[in-house]
Amino acid sequence: MNSTTSTGGIKPKHQRLVLLVIALVALIGAGLLAAYALSNQASYFYVPADLVKVPPEQGRAIRLGGMVEKGSLKTRPDGITIDFVVGDGKARVPVRYTGITPDLFVEGSGVVAEGRMEGNVFVADNLLAKHDENYVPRQMGDMSAEQIKQVVAETK
Amino acid sequence: MIAEIGLAVLWMAAALAVLQLFAGFSALRPGGKALAGVVRPLAVMQGLLVALSFMALIDLFLETDLSVKLVAANSHSMKPFIFKLAGTWGNHEGSMLLWVTIMAVSGGVVALVEKRLREDTLIATLAGQAFVSLGFYAFLLLSSNPFERLPEPAPEGMGLNPLLQDVGLAFHPPTLYVGYVGLSVAFSFAIGALITRDVGPAFARAMRPWVLGAWIFLTIGITAGSYWAYYTLGWGGWWFWDPVENASLMPWLAATALLHSASVLASRNALRAWTVMLGVIAFSMSMVGTFLVRSGILTSVHAFAVDPERGSFILALLAIYIGGALVLFGVRANTVTEGERFSLVSREASLVFNNVMLCGILAIVLLGTLYPLMTEAFGAKVSVGPPYFNPVGAIFALPMMVMMAVGPLLRWRRDNPSRISATVAVPALASALALLAVVLLAPGINLLPMLGLAVGAGLALASWLPLRGRNLRRTPLSVWGMVVGHFGLAVALIGAASESAFSTERLAAMNVGDRQSVGPITLRLESIEPVAGPNWTALEATISASYKGGAPVTLHPQARTFSSPPGERTESALHTRWNGQLYAVLGNEGDDGRWQMRFWWKPFVPLLWLGGLLVAFGGLLALIGRVAQDVKRLRVNDKIAFRKARQEALK
Repeated sequence: MNSTTSTGGIKPKHQRLVLLVIALVALIGAGLLAAYALSNQASYFYVPADLVKVPPEQGRAIRLGGMVEKGSLKTRPDGITIDFVVGDGKARVPVRYTGITPDLFVEGSGVVAEGRMEGNVFVADNLLAKHDENYVPRQMGDMSAEQIKQVVAETK
Repeated sequence: MIAEIGLAVLWMAAALAVLQLFAGFSALRPGGKALAGVVRPLAVMQGLLVALSFMALIDLFLETDLSVKLVAANSHSMKPFIFKLAGTWGNHEGSMLLWVTIMAVSGGVVALVEKRLREDTLIATLAGQAFVSLGFYAFLLLSSNPFERLPEPAPEGMGLNPLLQDVGLAFHPPTLYVGYVGLSVAFSFAIGALITRDVGPAFARAMRPWVLGAWIFLTIGITAGSYWAYYTLGWGGWWFWDPVENASLMPWLAATALLHSASVLASRNALRAWTVMLGVIAFSMSMVGTFLVRSGILTSVHAFAVDPERGSFILALLAIYIGGALVLFGVRANTVTEGERFSLVSREASLVFNNVMLCGILAIVLLGTLYPLMTEAFGAKVSVGPPYFNPVGAIFALPMMVMMAVGPLLRWRRDNPSRISATVAVPALASALALLAVVLLAPGINLLPMLGLAVGAGLALASWLPLRGRNLRRTPLSVWGMVVGHFGLAVALIGAASESAFSTERLAAMNVGDRQSVGPITLRLESIEPVAGPNWTALEATISASYKGGAPVTLHPQARTFSSPPGERTESALHTRWNGQLYAVLGNEGDDGRWQMRFWWKPFVPLLWLGGLLVAFGGLLALIGRVAQDVKRLRVNDKIAFRKARQEALK
């Protein structure tokens, strides 16, 4: 760090340029870093059909959205781990979750689960269910009408 | 009648804003001096009118006037008083009226008290403020009129979402709004200074209290919001990197950078263009935040009733203001002359480093928040969470905090690193010891919390070093503010790192009478009984908890069911000790009659919010110090001017 002696040599004109370059380099660095990390860390949203067709890497953080199938919800003897099946009319994925289920999480309702595939089971860390009766997970809102009808028919 | 008065007054205020913009604009043109005198009174009047309009809306909510659409949709006659009041701004229209109110009132205050700035710069600032608020007037009056009547009064209101029926709501959104809107004043100052080519220390001094004030409110709002989410959502986390949380964090980051660069400009006359640019960015982030919250374009826990069309309105406003400001900046940037120089080892350079790091974090948060939108355009649905934000943000945040320990010790303009190396060695040693202790005593914790604890310990110590060698009684308040603020950040960092490193969790299905333990705490489920509140009923568990076998305390977590509108909410129970917090949640009843319970023991987690409040308190000290200093300076200047005038007269 002998910069104290050498900075006397920076011309006034150049100081602004130096600052600008440093700022730009840092910002572009941040941008590139963000882009790189995002491509690795973003968790993708799957519906059961996609999940079965193109299985994601084991252990990679993903989200799974669909309908909780009627009659599939079972509580294990420890009282806090539940197993259920999420379906979209085309495929079914078994899900395991340990924890307190959100209010209004019931069979036949829509759910988005955050977690990862372990073997053939989706292990959920978190369940996002509807907050009030009008709330539909946004991703579910985008399912085609046909898909939803099928799902509803399937799960009723 | 009240609703009609409120609406009429709002229209009048909008008309005054048009006039204010026009008068300000013509006053700045050659020969337009005649109108210069009306700009200030117009701004004050506009502020008063909007405040009146907002009070009319509050009155409608307090009376529960069900012939008004907004009241019928969001309130209920049985709601407790505080939530009737908070319901005023707990919805889209009301919150936009609150936004305009704060904006117009602060414009009025600027017009009343600002005397340091050149008169033409002030007029340009007020015209800019009128221009910005006009967009929001249009938004309110054309697409979200809060005073709209129903054809027939509703028999009963729809009520307020149960998640929002919390004391936190009464204070959290207005606090953030004051922060957001305070940045609009900073934005107007930046525009005013650009228009009149007056970017200099006077401009920075005029802007600084507003930035500081906005920043204090944002800090409090974020801290309170984080605590609110922590105890009401029952997830046991304090920050979820939810888009709406990021929307409040981004203006804060920009305001923090602006605050520091405005300080450099005010006291050293350097970083001129940079400060103006940050003024524009900070307000852009407020608008991006409002856009994200109000449009519901991103999935969020806050996304209740949202309307994409309103989102496009805000997006258009964002494009006009920010695009316009950037064009103005591009045109005028070359007229902003170079400020004072400084060496690479100096207080200024360390502040530049921190500014750049803050902008880096801002870029990372912004990209992460918008990334799901970008990929959606290509058909892929993603969500971005802690695995992205935590490590990538830390790459910038940790070096910044290291620099925070060193920067305040450096001299302005030029310094010799060897002068402070002995002083810096002390906190460096503290960091190293903390790291060693963590590695030895708690092996296996993640890298980030480990670094966080080490840097936090060093910074907590280093933040007090600027006071070394000073006479504590004569140290300016603003220096105390810096010390307390930096210390607060270190405290918050230690709290956050400790929460993420040492939290223990216990999930269990329990019968009444069962025992469980979490961390050093043993718990017993005593009973589960129904209770009732004003507009809810609940199941309430009674739990006795004892820390390492000490005297037991009781906790009452609840599962509440609301009737209007129907909804459920878990009400967690907290027990705070000096060294941590016990968090209990009551879940559902299982088929076998056992109750699901969830407990966390979170060591030192209260430090997190305590630190946030300390940061805000530091800001408050600095604000008081600065304002007092400015008042003193004005008095002295007046005195000098008075003496000069008298001497002239004597001659």
